[in-house]
Amino acid sequence: MSDLQDLYQEVILDHNRRPRNFRAIEGGRRAGGYNPLCGDKLTVYLRLDGDRITEAAFQGSGCAISKASASLMTDAVKGKTLAEADALFERFHHMVTAAPDAPVDELGKLSVLAGVRQFPVRVKCATLAWHTLRAAAEAREAIVSTE
Amino acid sequence: MSKVIAASPRLGAAGVTAIRRDFRALHQLVHGKPLVYLDNAATTQKPQVVIDRVARYYALENANIHRGVHALSERATDAYERARASVQRFIHAAEPHEILFVRGTTEAINLIAQTYGRTHIGAGDEIVISTMEHHSNIVPWQMLCEQTGARLRVVPITDAGELRLDEYERILSDRTRLVSIVHVSNALGTINPVDQIVRLAHARGVPVVLDGAQAVAHMSVDVQALDCDFYAFSGHKVLGPTGIGVLYGKTSFLEAMPPYQGGGDMIRSVSFERTHYNVLPYKFEAGTPHIAGAIGLATAIEYLTAVGLDRVAAYEQELLAYGTDALSRIQGLRLSGTASHKAGILSFVIDGIHPHDIGTILDREGVAIRTGHHCCQPLMDRLGVPATTRASLALYTTREDIDALRTAVENAREVFA
Repeated sequence: MSDLQDLYQEVILDHNRRPRNFRAIEGGRRAGGYNPLCGDKLTVYLRLDGDRITEAAFQGSGCAISKASASLMTDAVKGKTLAEADALFERFHHMVTAAPDAPVDELGKLSVLAGVRQFPVRVKCATLAWHTLRAAAEAREAIVSTE
Repeated sequence: MSKVIAASPRLGAAGVTAIRRDFRALHQLVHGKPLVYLDNAATTQKPQVVIDRVARYYALENANIHRGVHALSERATDAYERARASVQRFIHAAEPHEILFVRGTTEAINLIAQTYGRTHIGAGDEIVISTMEHHSNIVPWQMLCEQTGARLRVVPITDAGELRLDEYERILSDRTRLVSIVHVSNALGTINPVDQIVRLAHARGVPVVLDGAQAVAHMSVDVQALDCDFYAFSGHKVLGPTGIGVLYGKTSFLEAMPPYQGGGDMIRSVSFERTHYNVLPYKFEAGTPHIAGAIGLATAIEYLTAVGLDRVAAYEQELLAYGTDALSRIQGLRLSGTASHKAGILSFVIDGIHPHDIGTILDREGVAIRTGHHCCQPLMDRLGVPATTRASLALYTTREDIDALRTAVENAREVFA
């Protein structure tokens, strides 16, 4: 069960049960994300001051990994510029797709999702919110799909 | 399978143990745990006789069919046509030429839509399907509707997952040109009253297509008794190879239909001025078919027939009752699909746990199930869930498999407690 415990850490279960920033933001940018594999659907909302994210939020339904990831992400990108958020997504993506025995980068609270690397089919769940964030940043209205 | 077991009227634990020996895939460890394979609605495992038969074909008999004058070609042709006759007997069709080999259920339905549909269905006409259809029995008709201006009508279901026959009768009209309904629902397990469905449609002169993908491995099917006009199924869901499937059609329909694809084998003569199409069934089998697949499928259905479809059905009903009871004891679990007439499908949701998370946790316990929308998104919308977790049974499933499922689901609940 150890790899399962890595995946479903208490922090993740907590963010799944009580997702942070789980609301809509009126008047900002937004984009929808969809993972057809498991039916995860979410909307990411951003409020920007220039190119700096002053508020990030999300709504939707999905598995524990996608919800926790979205919740942690909205906390993590607040106050960052769009370029910084994008760079963080790159590092996050690397973390969840690295070899199981590779060292885990220090990514603050996001590091709790490193266990996803042992479950390749779940990478899409963990990255859905980030792909959607990128679309929201570019103010694309179209639905982003992980397929 | 020993003769003694084959002769027993009831498929008991000893019989199932003997059957399991024929399926090597069942005897392996997954994540260090014995595999518990409960994803049979997605695809069944293959008995060794099927694997050996396909290997023997490629090793010793491989040749193209219907053309060569040499011995191997004759042997391959003979085996391929005997496979067609096996399928004919299996679903009790009147003639071997009513059996068309296709890639699977999906291609079978597309074939009907693009041949019968394109020539018999027009603007303002209606095609009747149901809420519980697989995408493969929705999208081909939507494509046809776009091409012809026809309209799709959908028969609703009850909360238990049963077809609303009253609504079906109401929807049938002078505009109805075709009914296409699933025999057994892949997501709910519901066994539809297909005899009544056919009778009501025929009373209005409307032909009926039955999607038998989830039926043929679990019950005896008699297309003549059902009197359906088309019946489709896939080989890989009935212990056979992937890439081979069957479309049954009544002779009168198949003869009136234009070919599906053009090419070799489906023609009698070709000149640049005019091409004469071949007779049934070859008119619908352009190009070199999946010869090994057809031969493997025949071996699979002969295997299943030797076990006995009625015994399989009775055994799976016992297992279904056992599984329904076992899962119902899990707190917060709700079964999707509680039809009174049901096949071996246990689809469920659990409060507070997304099916995808259940799937991952079960996989680590060696339990293979399917999570998701099961290619039935409109049905999921009707049920008000994004996805379900589905365990699906087969003739080699045991009570121990169900027990392992239950334990693994309980573990998932603990993780999320």
